[in-house]
Amino acid sequence: MAEVPIIRFENVTKQFDDDEPILKHVSFELERGKFYTLLGPSGCGKTTILRLIAGFIQPTSGRIYFNGRLINDVPANKRQVNTVFQDYALFPHLDVFENVAFGLRVKKLPEARVRDKVLEALRFVNLQGFERRKIHEMSGGQKQRVAIARAIVNEPEVLLLDEPLSALDLKLRTEMQYELRELQRRLGITFVFVTHDQEEALAMSDEIFVLNNGRIEQSGTPRDIYDEPINRFVADFIGESNIVPGVMLEDYLVSFGGKTFRCVDGGFHRNEPVEVVIRPEDLELVPPDRGLLTVTVESLLFRGVHYEMIGRDEEGNRWLVHSTKKAQVGETIGLDFEPEDIHIMRLGESEEEFDRRIEAYGVSTDDANA
Amino acid sequence: MTRTLKWTLLAPYMLWIVVFVIIPIALIAWNSFFDLEGRLTLDNFVRFFSPTYLKMSFISIWYAFLITFISLLVAYPTAYVLSRTRHKQLLLLLIILPSWVNLLLKTYAFMGIFGMYGLVNAFLSLFGIPAQEILFTDFSFIFVSVYIFIPFMILPIYNAMEEMPRGLIEAALDLGASQWTVIRRVIWPLTLDGVKTGIQAVFIPSLSLFMITRLIAGNRVITLGTAIEQHFLVTQDWGMGATIAIVLVLMMVVTMRFAQATPRA
Repeated sequence: MAEVPIIRFENVTKQFDDDEPILKHVSFELERGKFYTLLGPSGCGKTTILRLIAGFIQPTSGRIYFNGRLINDVPANKRQVNTVFQDYALFPHLDVFENVAFGLRVKKLPEARVRDKVLEALRFVNLQGFERRKIHEMSGGQKQRVAIARAIVNEPEVLLLDEPLSALDLKLRTEMQYELRELQRRLGITFVFVTHDQEEALAMSDEIFVLNNGRIEQSGTPRDIYDEPINRFVADFIGESNIVPGVMLEDYLVSFGGKTFRCVDGGFHRNEPVEVVIRPEDLELVPPDRGLLTVTVESLLFRGVHYEMIGRDEEGNRWLVHSTKKAQVGETIGLDFEPEDIHIMRLGESEEEFDRRIEAYGVSTDDANA
Repeated sequence: MTRTLKWTLLAPYMLWIVVFVIIPIALIAWNSFFDLEGRLTLDNFVRFFSPTYLKMSFISIWYAFLITFISLLVAYPTAYVLSRTRHKQLLLLLIILPSWVNLLLKTYAFMGIFGMYGLVNAFLSLFGIPAQEILFTDFSFIFVSVYIFIPFMILPIYNAMEEMPRGLIEAALDLGASQWTVIRRVIWPLTLDGVKTGIQAVFIPSLSLFMITRLIAGNRVITLGTAIEQHFLVTQDWGMGATIAIVLVLMMVVTMRFAQATPRA
């Protein structure tokens, strides 16, 4: 645990001209050999973080450390990181082999070494036999692999990936998610992956940083973030959520939708107003007399794996339900859920306060799901 | 589109091409086979390979080369910086603007600037330097030619720079390339087509310059262009003038082939 983090941001701010800062006093540490995802809507600052690590831009204030060394003023071509760009940025005048060899030739490696390493990298991404292909002859997925091979052949300590899957179709994207995760395990280096796709983030990461408006809203494992979102933004951005206002009557007892429920969250004041989150897939469809809540179904959509229903309770709260069972529009149904399915969000709580409270009172996510 | 419609639309320009391009070239070719007395002969072509005309050809090519090379030397970094500045449109306009001014006017302006009693010598005299002969030198000839042709070199290179995805430079830096390597291994090969277009646009007209050789170089530089003018207007040897013109056309074909942009998908 005493190992020096591979990358450390200390109070980093980035501002272009007189615009509002794109990053605001961001601090975090990245450990060696993990798969990190920077997740957030466009303009949240995730790509800016990546470009700061790559060295394409310099922070306006704050410090960036690489392996414990301050690298604020180290130019991009002197950093031990490589990038897989969103549009791949492959060199159109070079063939696949020469694209991958670019970094090695810059380092003036002997020809035989270049050849060995390029072929190995291409084998790694399953592109044997494509050495002499022109870039424009390659499909989107193949270009993606060339871009990855071109980056990893330099044996970087950190691989930066800037929305590398966004240009691919759904099926290929899912395939590449597996491949990237697998690649990261095999290489054992740190991956920093930027995306706005929450499913991608949840599927691939060891740890996710959820960004919004130039700040890190929450960081944690995919489970932590999914099950214990810190605030409305994170809950909304990661998956679909029912977020309704409620009141903490006392610890482990919450009131919402006109009723009182047991829950597993503590550390609140008496009668503290809070926001209550229940994931749509945690709501179970039951007959009205057996439900903890009763709602009237307002709309129904068939989504393939499940039905998506929107209902309204007596207080007028909207409830989104995912269920394999079907209800009719206008029908009154009961919704059942467990105390562990209720997640309470304190209004305006910071990440440190949140973590401290969860540690002191919270039943951790894993226990709840055990 | 029907065939008739297509031909109707093409007809005006086709007529133009026939009357003002094909027939004149044919006439020149025809004329090149006649001597001063109007006898059909190949003498003109034999004469072209005499030392006088070969030397003239060499001089033409040499000066065209110098003009093209210096233009490229100045234009390439200019286009590079231009594609990276904030006020591209304004700067681009400033570069193109001189080409809107009449060529003769610009040439006369330079005679005023470089002349014995011109601006440059007036400036030099401030430092007690005696008046220099600047006009009628190789320097002034090349300087003015480069000045006139340089927009045609900058523009295609600038366009090639603009077309090049900016991300490629970052990608090269990311892979450890120095600024110099980025220029040599990414920017230069990807803007080569623009360079070739620019070379065509400057080298070919430079080959047949005659007005600037007369006014700025004071006929000290005799190029093929000057020779054609002399034959048609002074010696009245249309046959020889036409022969030189034909050879020039052939030289241009060779240049075009040599500097042809490589097609890239």
